[in-house]
Order: sequence, then C-alpha cells, then structure tokens
Amino acid sequence: MGRKLDPTKKEKRGPGRKARKQKGAETELAKFLPAGGDENSKRLSSRARKRAAKRRSGSAGAPETKKSPGAKPLPGKLPKGAVQTPGKKEALSLFNVARGKKRPAPTHSSEEEEEEDSEGDGVVKQGDLWGSEDSDADMIDDYGADSNSEDEDEDDGEELLPIERAARKQKAQEAVAGGQWSEEETDEEEEEEQAEEEEEQASAGSGPGEDEEGGLQINVDEEEPFVLPPAGEMEQDAQAPDLQRVHKRIQDIVGVLRDFGTQREEGRSRSEYLQRLRKDLAVYYSYGDFLLGKLMDLFPLSELVEFLEANEVPRPITLRTNTLKTRRRDLAQALINRGVNLDPLGKWSKTGLVVYDSSVPIGATPEYLAGHYMLQGASSMLPVMALAPQEHERILDMCCAPGGKTSYIAQLMKNTGVILANDANAERLKSVVGNLHRLGVTNAIISHHDGRQFPKVVGGFDRVLLDAPCSGTGIISKDPAVKTNKDEKDILRCAHLQKELLLSAIDSVNATSKTGGYLVYCTCSIMVEENEWVVDYALRKRNVRLVPTGLDFGQEGFTRFRERRFHPTLRSTRRFYPHTHNMDGFFIAKFKKFSNSIPQSQTGNSATSTPANPDLPNLNGQVTPKSESGSTPAKKAGQAKQRLQKQLHPKKSSSQKQNGISKGTDVELSAVSSVTKAQASSKLQDSSQPAVTAAVVRELKEAGKLKQQSPKLQSSRKAAFWKQRAPPKAMNTDLPRAPSLSKTQATPKPEDRNQLVGNTTGAEKVKQQVAEQPFKKAAFQKQNGTPKGPKTPTVSSCSSSRPPPAKRRKSQSRGGRQPPLPSVDG
Amino acid sequence: MRPLTEEETRVMFEKIAKYIGENLQLLVDRPDGTYCFRLHNDRVYYVSEKILKLAANISGDKLVSLGTCFGKFTKTHKFRLHITALDYLAPYAKYKVWIKPGAEQSFLYGNHVLKSGLGRITENTSQYQGVVVYSMADVPLHPQGEKDLLNTHCLHGEEIYLHLILTSAYQGSTMIYYITNEMDIEFSV
Repeated sequence: MGRKLDPTKKEKRGPGRKARKQKGAETELAKFLPAGGDENSKRLSSRARKRAAKRRSGSAGAPETKKSPGAKPLPGKLPKGAVQTPGKKEALSLFNVARGKKRPAPTHSSEEEEEEDSEGDGVVKQGDLWGSEDSDADMIDDYGADSNSEDEDEDDGEELLPIERAARKQKAQEAVAGGQWSEEETDEEEEEEQAEEEEEQASAGSGPGEDEEGGLQINVDEEEPFVLPPAGEMEQDAQAPDLQRVHKRIQDIVGVLRDFGTQREEGRSRSEYLQRLRKDLAVYYSYGDFLLGKLMDLFPLSELVEFLEANEVPRPITLRTNTLKTRRRDLAQALINRGVNLDPLGKWSKTGLVVYDSSVPIGATPEYLAGHYMLQGASSMLPVMALAPQEHERILDMCCAPGGKTSYIAQLMKNTGVILANDANAERLKSVVGNLHRLGVTNAIISHHDGRQFPKVVGGFDRVLLDAPCSGTGIISKDPAVKTNKDEKDILRCAHLQKELLLSAIDSVNATSKTGGYLVYCTCSIMVEENEWVVDYALRKRNVRLVPTGLDFGQEGFTRFRERRFHPTLRSTRRFYPHTHNMDGFFIAKFKKFSNSIPQSQTGNSATSTPANPDLPNLNGQVTPKSESGSTPAKKAGQAKQRLQKQLHPKKSSSQKQNGISKGTDVELSAVSSVTKAQASSKLQDSSQPAVTAAVVRELKEAGKLKQQSPKLQSSRKAAFWKQRAPPKAMNTDLPRAPSLSKTQATPKPEDRNQLVGNTTGAEKVKQQVAEQPFKKAAFQKQNGTPKGPKTPTVSSCSSSRPPPAKRRKSQSRGGRQPPLPSVDG
Repeated sequence: MRPLTEEETRVMFEKIAKYIGENLQLLVDRPDGTYCFRLHNDRVYYVSEKILKLAANISGDKLVSLGTCFGKFTKTHKFRLHITALDYLAPYAKYKVWIKPGAEQSFLYGNHVLKSGLGRITENTSQYQGVVVYSMADVPLHPQGEKDLLNTHCLHGEEIYLHLILTSAYQGSTMIYYITNEMDIEFSV
C-alpha cells in the first residue's frame, strides 16, 4: 500500500481490454441484422448471420474473398459438377464468401466491382445478398436444382427471387475479379472470362467453367487467359500495390506471353501485355523504368524473372588463397579449424574457396591479417585468369582498386616482373596499398593517374588489364541503388569513358612483346552499350583482334543486338550472369595487339585486317593519327566538307585509296591519301564512311591536280605537310571542339593555311587551290564539326580552351606547340 | 623519390638493427637481385632495382607506393618501422618469441601476452629487446591495428623470466605493464 493510496478516492475504471460482456440480445442482434432496407424477414442461421455481418462491414472485402485464386478448390463443395448454370455461380459465390475470410483483398478492384454492383442493383443488392444467404441457409444442396430451374428464368425476373438474381450477378462479378487480375471490361467479356476464371480457380477438373452460351466446357488444360486490366487500372495500382497480386500477375503474363497465340486475350496486343509486365516488374522488384526496359531487351522473359530474382539475393562469399604465402589446402584446413564452413570454388579455379557460413568474421581472422587470402568475388578472378600473366613481365592494371586483381596477378607472377597498379581515385588507392602490403606483393608500383593518361606516362607493357568503371548493372545484388539511379545518360557516359580507357590501354600494350601483347577488358556490367559496343569500337579503331579468353564456361558475347551489328569475333568474349553462374554479372574480352602502329584507315575492313598502309609507317613516325589528320587545316576543312557532301562510291574510293597506298609512287599522293584517311578515321569513323571515302577521292583528285601543277613543289609541299602535321595538332584538337564552325571560321582557315605555309611559296599555291574548296563548301563546315563531336572528348581532355581562329593562327605559326594528346605514342 | 641520405640511412639501420642485428646486409644483397631503399613522401620503400626503373617514370605527385613500405620518418626525423616490414625482418630476426595458440588470438587483436602464453623464446633476450613474435607454426604474427613494430618488446621480471610482450595498438600510446615475480603491477605510460 503506498502512502498515496486513498481508498475513498478510488477512481472508477471502465471495462478493461479483456473484459467481455454480453450486451444483451438486442445489441447482439443489431450487429447481424442490417440497418435497414428490404430485408427478408426470414431468420438467418448463425453462419448466415455472420456472413451477412461480414458483408455489411467489409463489403469491399467480401467479394474479394471469392476472388482468391483456386487455392481453395471448390470441387468438393460443388455438388453438381456437370451443370453449368448461373445458379452454380451463385453457389460458388456463396461458398467463396464463406471460405474466403482470410484471403487477401485487393481493394480497388473490388471497389470497382462494388460500384458496378451498386449501379446495377442499388439497395436491392443488399437485400439480395441477404436473400441468397437465406436460401443458402435453408436449402441443403439444392443449388443445381435451383439454378437449373432458374436458368431459363434468368430473364424472367419474376420467377427468380430477387436475391438469387442479385447473388448471381454478384457471383459473376466476383468470379471475374476473382483471378486477382482483372476488371471487367464489358459484361460479355466478363461472362466469358468469369467462366474461364472459375475454371482456373476451381483448379484441376473441378467445376467446369461457366459458359454463358451454355456449353459445357472442360478446361483442365485451358487456363484463363490472363486478362489485362484496362489502362485506367495501371495508375490505380501505383497507389497501393498489393505485391502478391502483382507477383501473380507477373507470372500470369509471362505464361501468356510464352504461348501467346493461344493464350492471348482477344483485342489485346502483345505490347500491352509487355507494358503491363514492365510496370509490374518495376513495382515488384523496385526497378527504375529505364533499367527494366534495358533488361527486357536483353533477356527472354523467363530468364528475366530469374535474373531479377537472383539480384535480390546476395552471391556466396568467395575468397582467393594467396599462393605467395600459403596453399589452398593449408588455408582451408586452418579456416575449418577456426569454424568456417567452406569448399573449393570449382574446377576452374585452383585458388578459390567458397564460404557457406562462418562462426568467426571471415574478414578478421589471423589468416586474413597475415595475408593468406583475399576476399574476392568469383567473377573477379576470371579476368586475371584470362590475362594469364607470365613471370618477369611488365603488367599494367589500369583501374586496380581495391587491389584484388592486382594481387592475383602478382601471385601468378610469383612476385617477379613489375606490376603498375593505377587508379584514378585516391581514396580507394589506400585500400590498394593496404591490400598489397598485407598480401606480400613486392613487385608493385602504385600510381594515381587518370587511366587515359597512359601510355604517355609510361607504355610498352606486356599485358594490360582494364577493369573499366561501369554502371554496375551486374552487381545489383551488392548495390541495389543501381536499380533506380541509372539512366540513359549514365550508361552512355560510362560507355564513353570506357572507350577512351580502352584505346589508351591498347596503346599501352607493346605488340612486339615476346611473351605478351595481350589486353583484357572487363566490366561488371551486363549492358551491351558498355560491353560489346565498346569492344567493337576498339576493334575498328586499333590494330587489335579478339582472342579466346581461355574460360571454357560463360555465355558468349553478342554479335548482334537489336539494331547493332558487331564483329563476329565477339563470340569469343564471355558474359556471366548471376542467375546462371551464381556469380556477379561480368563481361570479359581478351585482345591481342598485332601491330604497334595506329591505323589511319577509315573503312572497317582496312582498319582491322590490314595494319597501316605501307607508307603510313613512314609518315607516321612518332605522329599520331590525329596529327596526321591535322596535317593541313585547309585540307581538313576541304576534305571534311567534301566528305559530307559526297556520299558516293565507297567502293571506288576505297579502291582508289588502296591504289594510292599500294602504289606508293608518289609519297605525297600517299601522304595525301593517308592524311585523308587519317582525318577520316579520326573524325568520321562512325558516321560517314562513304563520305570519307568520297573525300578521299576528292583528295586524290586534288593531289593529282597538285601534282600536275607543280611537281617541283612536291618536296616543298612535303615539307609543308610535315610541318603542318605537328603544329596543326592544336588545330585539330580545336576543330573537333568547334562543332558549330561557322562560315566565318571556314574562311579564315584557308588564310591560316596560307600563313602557315608561308615559308613555302609553292605550297601556298597548293593550299590556295585546296583552299578554294572550303570557300565553296563553307556551309558544310558545321557538319564537319559535328561528326567530330563524338571524337571530341578523347581529345578535349588534353586540349586547352578553344582560341578564336586568329589566335590559333598565331599559336600555330609559333612553331607547333604540341598539346598533349592521349594517344600520341603508338 | 630519392635515395636516402647518410643521416637517414643511419637512423633507419639503427632501428632495424634492433630486430635483426647485423644481418642488415642480407636485406640489401639478395640472391634475386639488388634491392634498395628509396624515400618518397617521408616513407622508406624497399624495392628491387627492376621496379625502380619503371617507377622512375612516374612523377612524384602521382606515385603512391612502390615495393614494400618499411617505415616512415617523422617530422623530427625519427624512424618508425612499420608492420609491413615484418615479412622481411622475420627471417633475420635475432630474438624471437613464440606464443601459444591460445594467446595468439589475443595478441593479434592488440592485447598483451602474459608469460603463460609464451611458448618459446630465444635465449638471452634482454629486457626491452625488440622481438618478432611468431605463432607456434612459425608464422610471424601481425597484430591487428599495430602499425609500429617499434614497441614489440619484451620485459623481464627480475630474476625469473617473467615476460611480457607489449604492443602498441594505437599510435602514440604505449602502455607498459610488467609483472614482477611477486605480482606487483606497475603502470607507466
């Protein structure tokens, strides 16, 4: 007794939470009896009363209970399986109500139904409900008989009890909605569907479906063609999606689409189904629309669902033994002793272990601290296996953080040779340092460059590994944010960066290496834009070819995808998926570089099949294609315009080009053609090959003209060319960044050229002649600029801001300040 | 990146000698090539000459690390040996301490080791001697969180060899416990 307790002032407390009192018959009955309306005076059984009460309280809920799919088959309850009647429907509906108390209730659809119901029946419905219950309560198993007799009387409203009529209607509506998946579009459809739906609901061989036409339908095989909700339905779903319902709908749509011819619903196109599926998948798996669209392009539908499911689940933890310090056997033994449950990773890996579960933190064991193993994803081991580094080689790892692949390379090389581990992100470099020290890697140099600065920093590596930064669509299970925060821009930006990095990487490989000359490009993405497209781009741009990766499992890369066509050797690349290989999504391509020179040729054939022209190496020397393309700004302008103008005779021009090359009679001619090609290749590679070759034709014509006019000037012109080559680098870089070159700019160019060439008078004449062309086609300068746009960023990284033409002139005449270019050294 | 000056070399070798004594030469002249020490951003790196050649191409501000980092020079030009040097010192260490499996875990997570955890110890280990700690399987142990090998040393009790091995788990703080044979515990920071 507390001191404060005062028995006199006791507060009255109401009934507690658990106090249950009988209120009295009136109150109890009031619960069951409807508030008002045309009720039958018949007394209801307790069950009927309960049902009624439920119906009244949650009228939204009641119909839906019926709608639950055939999880609870009604066969047992249906006394007359063979007879199809509306009465049957009625019976079904009643029973559904009785049973379906616990079924989930998609609200809005039922509401719709309710509305439709009420439209039709109004108050009568309620009364009918009651009535139907009445009949239910009273009669035992009269459904068939009743319905039979009433079937013909359906239209005869007088004979049917109003309740029965209403019940029938209600049942019809509920049955339609019952598949969890539809609103009625029209009554007719509804009837048909509900027949079929009922069949489906009633599952195996139970109640045959209703057919309004009265025919007997056996539909053990027939499944309700999934009925798409009307368009308005889609927005409603956004408010309160019922995930179970959505999931079911996804499965249904996939099933329908698999056998579209037979299972489709009349009047609904495939695209409508696909659209609905897309929305449902986005809702169910929380994807953004863009990414989901991309995935739907990539995978067939069944795989798509598997892929999405796999992304919800993390991949198993895997680790890689550090063979510099221990053996896999010993490590496995040591870890098992600590209480880790593990297994070898697979036939394909000699150092991998997969961890099923562990009683100690796997990242903090003494073995880990001693550097005996590294936690690494299984798919990350593959590119290093493909790279196959040999001892005493020089290897470059361009994007090395956090250092797993670098350390694997080091252990394969047994700490011999040199590895240059580079990464652009200073923060992540710290982890590289830590990991490499921990694992006992002694032959590594860690640097902090932008990958695109290779090979200028240092080149001539035997092998290069480029694990390019990507959109991360293969590691969604690790980072679910990727589902929603990626869109078109991100993918293209990544693709662009990857292309630049890949070109730099290719340039850093030494093709004449005795043991190497290989490059492995890999990403942890499954997008075609970041994988096959980038690889194809590199094949066209550089003297590389794809070789088998040495991995005998994994899916082959695409050689064509939607509207794109890739080089057939792309079949040797490998794709890995989470749902098929149980490792992170990955893409691996292995290149072999067969020539150190950078090709000038524009057309795809010459770019990949033949290394540079026989003459080109002479001309190239140390100059890059850019420099060559920038040989004469005048030429460039003219040629570009011509290119754009003429989209003719690709074959002719190419043959002419090759003639020019192969003959090599006139170095200048070939120089011109090579220049043209260089320009062409550097500028318009992707877009206008015919234009380029046309330009080549023109160029050759020009050259011919030049030749005729002043053969004595050849040498001087050559000199001019050479001179031009170096300085106009700046010009070249500027040009691409001037997509909207105006006419005014066009005109100064010839003047530029004239100034530049000033020291050689003969060349001046030549230039003037060439300059004539730009004047004529000044209008096309703009177009010239734009196609160069795509190439721009490669150059722009090193070029300063664009000076106006006048300044450009001066800078060039000053003697060719060479702005640093990413791909200078072939 | 530059070679070490005389002064720096002297300081560094003094520190290393605490652990490996006169075996220093073995570090430099190795059978698989000549190794050297280079200083970069106040850190000393131990690299082979082949690597040095390639590393010379990288500009100083972009170079992060090369070979193995042995330690660093502080602002007052004292040399701190890092745990990363352990793998090189371990084979040449003069004084070694082996600890039992039970104590191994505790040591690795930064705790001290009592005498009972001691398996073997090289004889004539004097007090405050720099030692290298091994597990019974002859694996040199890298205590987690420990950057400095500096403070791994051994304390003796008075006559009976009561050893206490100390690690400095965090920079700057070294707590020294020692237990005399009569279990007096004194703390000094």
